[in-house]
Amino acid sequence: MWPLGRANAGARARYREESRRERRDPAPSRLSYKMERLRLTPGFRLGLRVGLPFVLAFTGVTVWLSDADRRAAIVQSYEEMRTSVEERPEFMVAMMSVEGASDPVAAAIRSMMPVDLPVSSFRLDLPAMRAAIEQIDAVANADLVIRKGGVLEVRVTERQPAILWRSATGLEMLDTTGHRVATLIDRAARPDLPVIAGQGADDHVAEALTIFAATGPLGPRVRGLVWIGERRWDVVLDRGQRILLPEDAPVPALQRVIALDSAQDMMGRDLTVVDMRNTARPTVRLGAGASEFLTSQVTGVSAP
Amino acid sequence: MTDLYQSQRAMRNMRRAALQRGLVAVLDVGSSKIACLVLKFDPLDEMREDGLGSLAGQSQFRVIGAATTRSRGVRFGEVDAMQETERAIRTAVQAAQKMAQTRVDHVIACFSGAKPRSYGLAGETELPEGQVSEQDVARVLASCDVPDFGPGREVLHAHPVNFAIDHRSGFGDPRGHVGNKLAADMHLLTIDTGAVQNLLYCIKRCDLEIAGIASSAYVSGLASLVEDEQELGAACIDMGGGATGLSIFFKKHMIFSESVRLGGDHVSSDISKGLRVPMAVAERIKTIHGGVHATGMDDREMIEIGADCGDWEKDRRKVSRTELIGIMRPRVEEILEEVRAILDAAGFDQLPSQQIVLTGGASQIPGLDMLAARILGQNVRLGRPLRVQGLPQAATGPSFSSTVGLCLFAAHPQDEWWDFEIPAERYPARSLRRAMKWFKDNW
Repeated sequence: MWPLGRANAGARARYREESRRERRDPAPSRLSYKMERLRLTPGFRLGLRVGLPFVLAFTGVTVWLSDADRRAAIVQSYEEMRTSVEERPEFMVAMMSVEGASDPVAAAIRSMMPVDLPVSSFRLDLPAMRAAIEQIDAVANADLVIRKGGVLEVRVTERQPAILWRSATGLEMLDTTGHRVATLIDRAARPDLPVIAGQGADDHVAEALTIFAATGPLGPRVRGLVWIGERRWDVVLDRGQRILLPEDAPVPALQRVIALDSAQDMMGRDLTVVDMRNTARPTVRLGAGASEFLTSQVTGVSAP
Repeated sequence: MTDLYQSQRAMRNMRRAALQRGLVAVLDVGSSKIACLVLKFDPLDEMREDGLGSLAGQSQFRVIGAATTRSRGVRFGEVDAMQETERAIRTAVQAAQKMAQTRVDHVIACFSGAKPRSYGLAGETELPEGQVSEQDVARVLASCDVPDFGPGREVLHAHPVNFAIDHRSGFGDPRGHVGNKLAADMHLLTIDTGAVQNLLYCIKRCDLEIAGIASSAYVSGLASLVEDEQELGAACIDMGGGATGLSIFFKKHMIFSESVRLGGDHVSSDISKGLRVPMAVAERIKTIHGGVHATGMDDREMIEIGADCGDWEKDRRKVSRTELIGIMRPRVEEILEEVRAILDAAGFDQLPSQQIVLTGGASQIPGLDMLAARILGQNVRLGRPLRVQGLPQAATGPSFSSTVGLCLFAAHPQDEWWDFEIPAERYPARSLRRAMKWFKDNW
């Protein structure tokens, strides 16, 4: 029965190994058994692994921060660090150059600079500065760039005055869009610009300019345009003459008057008003002399 | 009996809760060792399309913790010393939990003692609606006449093993079939109340909820019999330390179970008495040198018994292996003859296949299968438990077949009596179901 002996050899080896280990097998006490079970509870494990460190860290940080001096020290050191980075020479803006602006505008821009130079570029709020500069009436557009070497470059496009607007407060220069450019003390300072008047005329500068362009041979005689009733234009000529233009299509009406004038020298005669408000029925108002002469012609009796 | 019926129902609910949580422990309380496995159940949606996983669906659980400890305070598969047993259970459970790195709250236990006794029950009922409904199944199970198994005994298992409708027999699930008469056969296993109460108390003292309880003869049959053996008729003989369990399977149901209150420990104690050595040494000698067939070679193989008494003559004693076999063999023969008597009484020779499977720790004695073949019949083999996922190598031997069987029992429990509906007549007078039945009958 050799096979039996062989089979036993395996069992023998197994047993020897087991008895060599000979581990003691003590029963856990009731308390340690319960503690072990508690330790193996998934919720409890999670609490130990996550909740406890969190609570400890939170408590520690809270206690440490509950002192006002420590908080202030933290804030101060943060500020200091920030300042030390910001005030490195690479980031400092030392000077400001204004390009494309006339001297008074440039002076105004310099006076508007909210901070004193030199200043860190982190402290400069370029969009806000740009908006502030564009608040100046004389400035149409401004670009702010920080150039290498700490130069704040302001490139300005100025508004070009196109017309003068006489209002109750004085004489204003307007650009082609009707935006104010500057106040003019003396009309004679800009004789090249035409004049308009009337409340709300500044909103219709474009129309006024086309009318001025259409005056042609009457041009030298035109004193200005008056915006009447916030709806239509009057052309005021010298010698107290007026051309009342309609609301719609004022330029063709003016061209008709010019045509009449060039054909029959109408405006050279004694009349005060050419009323084109109703284009189907142009009307003229005669001057005092002409009207008297006409009356005497009709009645045959000269006026006394 | 109603008490245990209710508590078995409660255990079944507990088991369902445990499976939902996905974690359950199985505890095999034996006379020589206490084994605890922690099972992790995977969600069912990980199954394949055909509804089966690998290993025929037995891979839906995994063993994530296993521990064995020397049994203390258990004799003949019954709790003998409560404190000792409780401590041993605690040891096993704690070690298994430590390996699984989680705690388990639900445990399914098995034990081999408490004098199991089998009864075959038959019941019959008319089918008023022609078609078998759940209620009819409940009524036919309720109509089984329960034998008088005496005071102090309780039902451990109550498996419906067969249903018959009119003259057609062999239904596993009779629901929906049409007929006039429904008959059922039930196998009832009763045990001593005191023994099971003691065990339950020990487990409760360890803060564990009991999710089920099973007879170890039954579950080791589940683990060590292969499918055709279970189908055609086989007996599983689980030779444990203090008791030898016997279960007969036929048509995949256990139809008989008994236990012999003899086991491997008795062989050890015979050696201890015969060679005058301590029990531990006797156990060691049995394990290393044991056998049941003596040959000429064994006369020459001398075994050092040894002792520690200081007397040279006594400390140098030697016996031949033949002498050792001469001590072991009569006891093993006695156990097998007892088994044989039980098999004869149970009518095992009537079954179509008479396979006998030896398993359990004591079945590892070399040559046992040949001895068993001479006593029990020619169809004897040694059984090892099914392999389950994650089981450590150390726990795959035949001594773990009831532990592994308990895993299978936890995963796929057979429907027992208390899993079926309660017949409407048995409900309390004011129950809603009774009102429903009244409505159904009258409209």
